[in-house]
Amino acid sequence: MVDFALARPEAFFADRFNITSSTIDRLLGSALRGKVDDADIYLEYRIIEELVLEEGVVKKASRHVSQGAGVRAQAGTRTGYAHTDDISITNLEEAARQARAIAADARGSAVVAVPNGRPHDLYGLSETPVAADLARKLDLLRSADRAARAADPRVHQVIASVTSEDVIVFVVTAAGWTVGDIRPLTRLNVTAIAEDADKREIGTYGGGGRVAFDWFLEDRRWERFAREAARQAGLKLAAVEAPAGTMTVVLGPGWPGILLHEAIGHGLEGDFNRKGVSAFAGRLGQKVASELVTVVDDGTIPNRRGSLNVDDEGTPTSRNVLIDRGVLCSYMQDKLNARLMGMTATGNGRRESYAYPPMPRMTNTFMLAGEEAPEDILRSVKQGLYAVAFGGGQVDITSGKFVFSASEAYLIEDGRVTAPVKGATLIGNGPDALTRVSRVGHDLKLDEGIGTCGKDGQSVPVGVGLPTIRIDGMTVGGTQV
Amino acid sequence: MSGIDADLLVSVLKRATVLGATAADGFLVDERHFSATVRLGEVDTVTHSHDQRLSLRVFAGRASAAASTSDLSSGSLERVVEEATRLAKITAEDPHAGLPDATELTRSIPELDLADLSGHDLAPEAKIDIARRAEAAAMAADPRVTNSEGAEFWDRQARYAYATSSGFSGGYRTSSFGITASPVAAQNGEMQRDGWYTTARKRAALDDPAEVGRTAAARAVRRLGARKVKTTEVPVIFDPETAATLVRAIASAAAGPSLYRRASFLLDRLGTTIAAPSVTIVDDGLRPGGLGSRPFDGEGMATRRTVVVSEGVLQSYLLDSYSARKLGLASTHHAARDGAGVTVATTNLMLMPGSTSPQDLIASVREGLYVTELIGFGVNGVTGDYSRGAVGLWIENGAFAYPVEEVTIAGNLLEMFAEVDGIGNDLVLRERTAAPTVKIASMVVAGD
Repeated sequence: MVDFALARPEAFFADRFNITSSTIDRLLGSALRGKVDDADIYLEYRIIEELVLEEGVVKKASRHVSQGAGVRAQAGTRTGYAHTDDISITNLEEAARQARAIAADARGSAVVAVPNGRPHDLYGLSETPVAADLARKLDLLRSADRAARAADPRVHQVIASVTSEDVIVFVVTAAGWTVGDIRPLTRLNVTAIAEDADKREIGTYGGGGRVAFDWFLEDRRWERFAREAARQAGLKLAAVEAPAGTMTVVLGPGWPGILLHEAIGHGLEGDFNRKGVSAFAGRLGQKVASELVTVVDDGTIPNRRGSLNVDDEGTPTSRNVLIDRGVLCSYMQDKLNARLMGMTATGNGRRESYAYPPMPRMTNTFMLAGEEAPEDILRSVKQGLYAVAFGGGQVDITSGKFVFSASEAYLIEDGRVTAPVKGATLIGNGPDALTRVSRVGHDLKLDEGIGTCGKDGQSVPVGVGLPTIRIDGMTVGGTQV
Repeated sequence: MSGIDADLLVSVLKRATVLGATAADGFLVDERHFSATVRLGEVDTVTHSHDQRLSLRVFAGRASAAASTSDLSSGSLERVVEEATRLAKITAEDPHAGLPDATELTRSIPELDLADLSGHDLAPEAKIDIARRAEAAAMAADPRVTNSEGAEFWDRQARYAYATSSGFSGGYRTSSFGITASPVAAQNGEMQRDGWYTTARKRAALDDPAEVGRTAAARAVRRLGARKVKTTEVPVIFDPETAATLVRAIASAAAGPSLYRRASFLLDRLGTTIAAPSVTIVDDGLRPGGLGSRPFDGEGMATRRTVVVSEGVLQSYLLDSYSARKLGLASTHHAARDGAGVTVATTNLMLMPGSTSPQDLIASVREGLYVTELIGFGVNGVTGDYSRGAVGLWIENGAFAYPVEEVTIAGNLLEMFAEVDGIGNDLVLRERTAAPTVKIASMVVAGD
């Protein structure tokens, strides 16, 4: 067993695989230095534990270990990447040879600017979630099951899971920078299925972060998650058909921030802009949102699901203002795209695991609070939709069109929130949607810690946040014409 | 099949039994993957990888647990066995848990021609050149194609082995190859991307890379000038790619875990009409060279051809042995492995073709939407409620009039399948799940 709370990444890989920064440095030196513009080696060891309760009992328990190393070489716009899950010097040398083969014509372009600074210390824990006592996790799941059933007698099925992960990473770059990170991550998820006569509905809620197991017990979070799942399922049983067409939409605080992630977040990732395939390419300095709108991507918030001490290229994360009072002011960058665009790496170079090369990704993306009371915002709407919970979203970064699916929404009639409506997809145009934001609440909330973002087949944990906002004119994909 | 893999599994299962497991099964995957992406004629990214993973499931009576590792050293395997055995002691007894009865396991493993070992013997430069040809053809196809997200050639070879403590031991190899192209078209300040692909078990069965590039370019160019339409209720035609997503939604609602949780709009519908009489859906795991074929399922049971829907009537659910026991039915041999144990997965799933040409289906619509891409996750598997973002072409008087974007289409899957008003004769198995063109009589299109 590894005690992740005490481990030091460099010592961990040295002890376990006899791989030290000096052996890696020799490898980078002999195989890659001088022949490429940049190169790095990424070592990773990961333990995932998952416990699932269904039908009132914990039926599934599993534990997965993966380890591996990725070697990357870059020359100009070319990237060579090779990985192996058998970490040994011989395999790393072979990977380095494969990675170098395609990138062996360096143009000697300038070294990328990386912000000076030390790695953060955002999630040091005395006990990581994987190490927490199994019996306590089982109790948590059983309690959540009971709470969801107690919340609504129509709940006939509860699926609750607690997933915990410990990851140790160690990055060595050709420039001689070495950095490690130990990343805990945990999440409690509760799904409730309610049944009434012939109708059935599903509600899901949960949360987590880079936190210790006790976080679920603080303020009885587990109970709130369970009750919320049951409430959503019960509420949907009474939902009416959603309206169809363009209307005023009010988004509640927190997880509806997925709007930002889809509408502008992906479009501001450096790779799409360097290639000129984003709807936001070439628009730095231009107005892309209402002046009420300031959007930030911040990887430095302690214990958040989307936070990192350093990104997966070893660059310390930062707080980047993407849109300042409506004006586009920054892209999110990894080292490759920062170098090619003559910009600074922003600590957004992330990867799902050693099996993939990094690319620009979001961390925690949110809109800063405004000044209005949320009640006043709702009162200002004569007829529209109030959406407070969402499922997933997706964007076409080139055309800018994005969708996100409301799982809890209500009609607004004469400034009052009335009937709950069935789930409906909302669709908009990224460069245009935020120009229609006409009111911003003072109630900024970050989500509970449930987001996973997919790009090019790679999933990474992220966060979002939003105050209550009003958008004038979004298309709602219901069935009531 | 390499004997080494099966031997390794059998020794791990033996060790689990020694540590107190009453039964166990193990799954081993060894995969090599290569990918080359070219962008604007230059190499962009080349990746090589080699992954292996051993997954173990152990039973302590009727309680079970799973563990897996990518580290196949003997010390690591010993830890995996200990972990799984330890976890099995904390999970609850489940009267339906357990391996299939030994008599149900397949005795003969069919040769389904899933590997093309010599197909992988191509120098990286030659693979890069295939991607380059696909992209070059896309860029040359139309002057409005001005940019590219790149073109890719990839190949993957895998070995699978499965063994149980009840005596089953088998394995097989697969190959897959693919080419994709993702061009960007521009006109009057508007940009549109689209793409096309080819995938096959044999390298020689791939479409010509230039053809992939030209198709991708035509798809991107035809989106230029796209607009919203007024909110309305009209016939909707799904092209074969998007129609396949509707078939996947039916399969997902027919899968055992959705049913025993009572979280499916197909609950209690076995033997009843769930679609128009023109709808027949088949899952055929035995197609030689099929992208979804497998010689046995994730529990060692013989792969079959299953008629899921026959002329509109739901004939079969898709079950592994656990969900079958829960439902009081027999397994349909659709078990597949996931990291944590066993799940249900389809093989080669298809909506059977009709007799109408896609052109005639389009010609039958006075005003409606032809859908070429869907985005978002707006499908509720419990109720069948459906609401997704759509891209496509507006149909006026039986012909394409202009491209459409930023609209949603909404309805309910059961109502949509009941209102299937025409199925094309254009079924091609481009993927594990495939469908011909499908016309739905009426759906709500939301726009302005």
